[in-house]
Amino acid sequence: MSGLLTLRGLSRPVLEDLLDSAERYGKQLEGRDKESSELAGITVTTVFFEPSTRTRLSFEKAAAHLGAHVMSFSPETSSLEKGESLRDTVLTLSALGSDLLVVRHGGVGVPGLVARWTGLPVVNAGDGRGEHPTQTLADALTMRKHFGALEGLRMGIIGDIRNSRVGRGHLWALPTLGVDITLIGPRTLLPVANPWGVRIETDLDSALEGLDVMYLLRVQRERGGAAGLPSVSAYAARFGLTQSRLSRLHPSAVIMHPGPINRGVEICDAAADGPSSLILEQVANGVPIRMTVLAAAMGAK
Amino acid sequence: MIIVKGARVWRRSGLVEAAVVIEGDRVVEVGTVTASSGARVIEARGAILGPGLVDIHVHLRDPGQTWKEDISTGSMAAVAGGFTAVVAMPNTAPPIDSVKAVKEVVDRSAEVGMVDIAVAGALTRSREGLEMADFDGMYEAGVRMFTDDGDSVADSGLLRRIMAYLCDLPGAVVAEHAEDRSLTRGGHLNEGAVAASHGISGLPAVAEEVVIARDLALAADTGARLHIQHVSTAGSVSLIKRAKESGLAVTSEVTPHHLKLDESAVDSLDPNFKMYPPLRTAADRQALVEALEDGTVDAVATDHAPHSVAEKDVPFEEAPRGVIGLETSASVAWEALNGDAGLFFERMSAAPSRIAGLDRHGQPVEPGSVANLVLFDPDRSWKPRSFYSKSSNSPFLGTSLTGMVMATIHEGSVVYEGDADE
Repeated sequence: MSGLLTLRGLSRPVLEDLLDSAERYGKQLEGRDKESSELAGITVTTVFFEPSTRTRLSFEKAAAHLGAHVMSFSPETSSLEKGESLRDTVLTLSALGSDLLVVRHGGVGVPGLVARWTGLPVVNAGDGRGEHPTQTLADALTMRKHFGALEGLRMGIIGDIRNSRVGRGHLWALPTLGVDITLIGPRTLLPVANPWGVRIETDLDSALEGLDVMYLLRVQRERGGAAGLPSVSAYAARFGLTQSRLSRLHPSAVIMHPGPINRGVEICDAAADGPSSLILEQVANGVPIRMTVLAAAMGAK
Repeated sequence: MIIVKGARVWRRSGLVEAAVVIEGDRVVEVGTVTASSGARVIEARGAILGPGLVDIHVHLRDPGQTWKEDISTGSMAAVAGGFTAVVAMPNTAPPIDSVKAVKEVVDRSAEVGMVDIAVAGALTRSREGLEMADFDGMYEAGVRMFTDDGDSVADSGLLRRIMAYLCDLPGAVVAEHAEDRSLTRGGHLNEGAVAASHGISGLPAVAEEVVIARDLALAADTGARLHIQHVSTAGSVSLIKRAKESGLAVTSEVTPHHLKLDESAVDSLDPNFKMYPPLRTAADRQALVEALEDGTVDAVATDHAPHSVAEKDVPFEEAPRGVIGLETSASVAWEALNGDAGLFFERMSAAPSRIAGLDRHGQPVEPGSVANLVLFDPDRSWKPRSFYSKSSNSPFLGTSLTGMVMATIHEGSVVYEGDADE
């Protein structure tokens, strides 16, 4: 694997190898000797054109655990403000000695474009409404660790799926791993077509009880999600995981959310903080997943 | 004197093997030619000689955006594509909305001289959609087609007044780029499976269809001649079909790329497949091919829209809309029409000439007809690798095409001759 641009088309064995490898890194992180030198001498540059805290930190921590040198680029401190083109910016980062780029950008397909322009391995850290592959893999790892297996898990992805790169990444990879996905949301926030052939539901209450995983998404106001709703409170009433809906979940069901969460909108406090919540495990599993992806991108091991 | 020998000649009666003699700006003889001393001889080797092609929808980007194209490179691209006349769209910078702007393009086109460049005038002043443009002045200067191409006239009241006004100018036609901006804002490709796959906002078919439905109602109300530009959906086809059946004076065009490609081609997110209207579904494409055959769609028009490499080598959502088409149109149309020469010259030459009022074009090759001609070899395969156009944003770049323009004759002069041994 040279970089990771998309999960689309990746086979089950390839995806499972990534999860297996991440699980080994996870064990390493739990042990006393957390650091390795697999990427010693390698410069990993995080290139984030959109704001991010957790994803960038997670990538930088993963790179550090592998012994890589980390450079960090953000547009507000750069020549982009002086009108430099995207292409010139990434060519400069390449010339500065980057060996691998971790790219987040508001435009779909930009990581692939950057890979073509620079010839470097590129990891997609979120491209517009496209995908967020390492989040999807971290979520798959979280579910696999919790349930022991992914095959046959009934997962509801709830909310603004149309505008969610996380949801889209899940749709490309999780069915390949045997997860049975139902998309649940108002018609205005569902994808405009269903090339994945997954089940679609517009009534959360009728779907609620049959789910093993409640995967909640926030309404992406910055990508226009709110225009598909009369109001946030109307959304919360129809699709929010409220106290009363929480009590109707199957006892073994879990609650997941890629963050940042909007308490009182898509999720109530009791759901976010309760024993069924895997939200912090998702964050923790992001680090070994990103170690795996970075190492694989550089052909380590 | 020019003699074209060994051609299959498109005459009133159909394809006939003959030699054709051209003197001055006229075809003077079609038949068996013996004497050829002093004449320039073109060996057709079985290629088809027909009326020069006519493209009623091109963007020459001149004035204002001449890094993309100019009148001279656009003319070269046109003749290399077999065209003897094109209609230049008015969305230049500044827009062509006045006599002065029309005359400037017409005069400079005449200096280049290798192809007839008719100018379409804007429907509204500065293409702002607020007030009528100077129709009388532009009409006087020869303009027959009026369009705000690139935008619809959103204000229905204004469009109704425009249509009523243009009814008084014989031959004038309102050409509409059908796009309801409130339905396409933020969109970059057809709203459908490919848009959903990538998470890129779509341009729904209905954004085109609501405008066409409105325009047909306004045309019926006012009696104006209406031409629908770049039809792209099955729904649009059925709206136009119904309007034609009811006797409305409506015509329409389809682009070569909509005839050959569907939205699956956009899956690569190559900006050379990004244009408006977007490539639609396979079913839409099929409906367009059938509509071109049955005459619901009258003409093929390229919407030749040059953009530089740098402008297109950007993220898909940031890339400008539009692809070039002049140099590949004949090949694509020939294939779409299954090599039916009669339909080919009707849709590529005769019908577009009638729509735009270009009476020196689109006639069968007969003694006395104007020598605006194309020599087209339908059997020759080729791959477009470079273009006479200043831009190369073609969806057919590097792909294999069948049918090649061998020569173009404009007003009795050979303005283009391809390399026969290539």
